Amino acid sequence: MTVTVGVVLFPGTNCELDVQWAVEQLGGEAVLLWHGDASVRGVDAVVVPGGFAHGDYLRTGAIARFSPVMDAVAAFAAAGGPVVGICNGFQVITEAGLLPGALQKNAGLTFVCDTAELRVETTRTALTNLATVGDVLRIPINHFEGNYVCDAETLAALRADDRIVVRYVDNPNGSLDDIAGICNEAGNVVGLMPHPERASDLLLGSDDGVVLLRSLLAAADEQARTRA
Amino acid sequence: MRFAIRIDVTHVPGVLDPQGATVERALPALGYTNVGAVSIAKTIRLQLDADSEAAALAQVDEMCHKLLANPVIERYTVSFEELVA
Repeated sequence: MTVTVGVVLFPGTNCELDVQWAVEQLGGEAVLLWHGDASVRGVDAVVVPGGFAHGDYLRTGAIARFSPVMDAVAAFAAAGGPVVGICNGFQVITEAGLLPGALQKNAGLTFVCDTAELRVETTRTALTNLATVGDVLRIPINHFEGNYVCDAETLAALRADDRIVVRYVDNPNGSLDDIAGICNEAGNVVGLMPHPERASDLLLGSDDGVVLLRSLLAAADEQARTRA
Repeated sequence: MRFAIRIDVTHVPGVLDPQGATVERALPALGYTNVGAVSIAKTIRLQLDADSEAAALAQVDEMCHKLLANPVIERYTVSFEELVA
């Protein structure tokens, strides 16, 4: 069956078409979800893509979390629906409280635009269920605020509950415990700074993001069957 | 009653402050070699109507928690200013 992925569009989002293209290449359908609409329109998974939602005013993701669509995304996530926040989307869903911690400025105090090697740390999530623990994936990064930070108690919980999804092999931004992505307790909500959609075809320099996006489609399929 | 309020949002110690760090590096280049510990913070000024100072403070506190500051990386202090019409 064909699954439908909703891609959230805020003013200032700029990766929605890349995500849409990548999802469609892999056989899924993708629909854009306007931030002002308080609905996820019956999709099977949601991606909050990268960009500069609401200009990143005040703090990255701070204004976006109050968009009407975010209540619908939170309800979808609470019901077990797969939700992935990529880059600015990760910042938005941490501000929204769907994931703990925050993303602060990179340790080098500069914007980083590079290809990072990520090590898959768990496969119990909506983004890694088809990957293998220990896989090293080459995925582009492109951010200023990608330096994950949380208190010691939260970090201990993330480790103990197997919620660190991907780690940088060579930490590019000072991120705590080399964290590139984390998930919620159930594993259906994942946030990561790297862009799997930009590694979805060899023409882009790497197709290592495909296993992550296929995992998302598999989680979406599971969600669709559960609901049916 | 209308209150004029000033909210200073600063970084939690240890959180990176690229603006402060850059300015700290620039000052010695101008000969100010005796300067350190530079940090740059945000000031938010607003006015609001409330029945009492306590009610105004409570509301500002709530707004800070919900939007104006992120407790994971930021701290804030609230002060009252003279209301200029």
